[in-house]
Amino acid sequence: MSLDLIANLAYIVSAILFIFGLKMLGSPATARKGNGLSAVGMLIAVVAGLTDQGIVSYEFIVIGLIVGALLGSVSARLVEMTSMPEMVALFNGSGGAASLLVGWAALYGGGDAAPVSTFIAVTVILAILIGGVTVTGSLLAYGKLSERIGSGAIVFTGQRVVNSLLLAGLIGSSVMLAMDPSPDSTWFYAVLVLSLLLGVMAVIPIGGADMPVVISLLNSYSGIAACAAGFAIGNNILIVAGALVGASGMILTNIMCKAMNRSLSNVLFSGFGAVKQGKAIEGEVKPISVQDAYYILEAAGNVCFVPGYGMAVAQAQHVVKELGELLEKNGCEVTYAIHPVAGRMPGHMNVLLAEADVPYEQLLEMDEINPRIEQVDVAIVIGANDVVNPSARNDPDSPIYGMPIINVDKAKTVFVLKRSMASGFSGVDNPLFFNENTRMLFGDAKTSIGGVVSEFGSS
Amino acid sequence: MDIVFLTFILVLSIFLGFELISKVPATLHTPLMSGANAISGITLAGAFISAGIANSEMANILGAIAVAMATINVVGGYMVTDRMLAMFKSKTGAKK
Repeated sequence: MSLDLIANLAYIVSAILFIFGLKMLGSPATARKGNGLSAVGMLIAVVAGLTDQGIVSYEFIVIGLIVGALLGSVSARLVEMTSMPEMVALFNGSGGAASLLVGWAALYGGGDAAPVSTFIAVTVILAILIGGVTVTGSLLAYGKLSERIGSGAIVFTGQRVVNSLLLAGLIGSSVMLAMDPSPDSTWFYAVLVLSLLLGVMAVIPIGGADMPVVISLLNSYSGIAACAAGFAIGNNILIVAGALVGASGMILTNIMCKAMNRSLSNVLFSGFGAVKQGKAIEGEVKPISVQDAYYILEAAGNVCFVPGYGMAVAQAQHVVKELGELLEKNGCEVTYAIHPVAGRMPGHMNVLLAEADVPYEQLLEMDEINPRIEQVDVAIVIGANDVVNPSARNDPDSPIYGMPIINVDKAKTVFVLKRSMASGFSGVDNPLFFNENTRMLFGDAKTSIGGVVSEFGSS
Repeated sequence: MDIVFLTFILVLSIFLGFELISKVPATLHTPLMSGANAISGITLAGAFISAGIANSEMANILGAIAVAMATINVVGGYMVTDRMLAMFKSKTGAKK
C-alpha cells in the first residue's frame, strides 16, 4: 500500500470524525464530546498531511507548528468570555490567511516546477481572493468588536461605485492572472491587494447590531477559502472540511438574518442605521432605586432576565445568576430570555450565562418566551436595547422596523438596567424606556444587581 | 486529481453541511461557530506541502507562515470551543 493511499484513507476517517463532531455540536449534552471528536479528526488529518512525499524538509513546518500552537493556545486560554466574538474573528482571520498563503505558494508549482494548469490557476485565485477578503474582513470585524475602531457602520457617497470598480478590477485581474499564472505577475499582486481591499470595503458599511451576521458570514468564507485551497493543491480533506464549514456558516448567517427579519443583501449593503432615523421620542423616564427594585422583585412570582451586550461589558453574568438563585429560593420562577442576535455573536449571551453556571434549560429562545411574556411579573432588561425595542413592532419609520423582538413591554413590569440614557449600539431610540410600566435602574449593571442581591441578604 | 471527482465531493459535502447544522438550538450557536471555525483550519494539512516542497524557497516561507496561521486557527479554535462547552451545564445532569 502506498503512503499516498494511506493518507487518503486517513482523510476519510477524519472527514467522518468532522461530520460526527459537527452533528454532536448540535445538542448541549453531547457538544463537548463532539468538539473532541472533531479535534481528533483534525489530528489525524494533520498527521496524514505530514506524510506527503512532496515534503523534503521539515524545518519550516516544525517552526510554523510551534509558533502557531503557542500563539493559539495562549490566546485561547487567556481570552475573557466577554471578548469571545473578537477572538473568534481573529482565529477566523488567521484561517483565511493560511488559505490565501497556500494558494499563493501553489502558484510556484509542484515539485517538478511544471507550469500551473488553468483549472488549478482558477482555484488558486479563488483561494487568494476569498482568503484575502476573510483576512481583512475578520481583522476589521475584530477592530469593531473590540471597539478599537468605531463600531458603527461607515457609509459614504459613491461607496457602491467604488465597490463596483473594485469588483470589476478584481475580476479583470483575476482573468488576466488565470491566463498566465505566475507569482511574479503584476496581475497576481493586483488580485492580492484588491481582495484585501475588498474585505475592508465589505465590512466597513456593516455595524452595530449586524455584527453577529458578519462574524458567521466570515466564518463561512474561511471554510470556502479552505475549500478553494483544497482544489488548488488537489487535497480531498480540505475540500470536504472546507465545504462543511462553508455550508454551516451560511446556515448560521441565514438564521441570524431571519432573526432580524432582513435579507442578507440588506445587511451587507444597506449600512445599518445610516439609512433613516425613526421618530424622536418624547416623554419622561421613571427611575427606580435599588431598594424599591428589591421590594418589587421580592413580591414577584415570575421573573425573566433579558440580557444584552451590556451584561457582557459590565461582567454582570455572575451576579445575575446569584440574583436568579435568590429569587428561585424565594419561590419565584426565573427564566432567561435570549434574543438570537443579542450580543456581538450568535449565542454570545448563552455562553456568558453558561459561564455563570446557569443551567441551559432555563435559557429560553425568543419564540418560547413571547407567548407567555404577559405572565411575567418583572422583566429585567440588562444592557439590551434594540432586541427589546417596541419600535420594531409599531414604528414603520424605525430602522429596525420588522425585526422580531422580545416583547418585554407586555410584561407587567419592566426594569431596564442602563448606564445612562444613551441609545444602543445601533443608535436607535427606544420608546420602551418611556413606557408606563417601565422603571429605569441607572448605573453599572453589576453594581445595581449586586445592590439588589445584598438587599436580599440583609432581609 | 480528477476535477469532476473533486467537484462531486464538494457538492455532497455542501449538502451534508446544510443538513448537519439546520436544527441547532441558539444556545450552541457560538460554540458551533467556533468549532466549525477550528475545522476551517484544515488548510494546515495542505500548508505542509507548500512549506516542505523542494523547488522554491519563497513557497517554503509562505508555507511556513501558512502553517503557523492555520495552527493558530486549529489549536486556538478547539481550545476556546472546549473552554466554552465545559461551562454548559444541565440542571439535572452535571450539577456538582
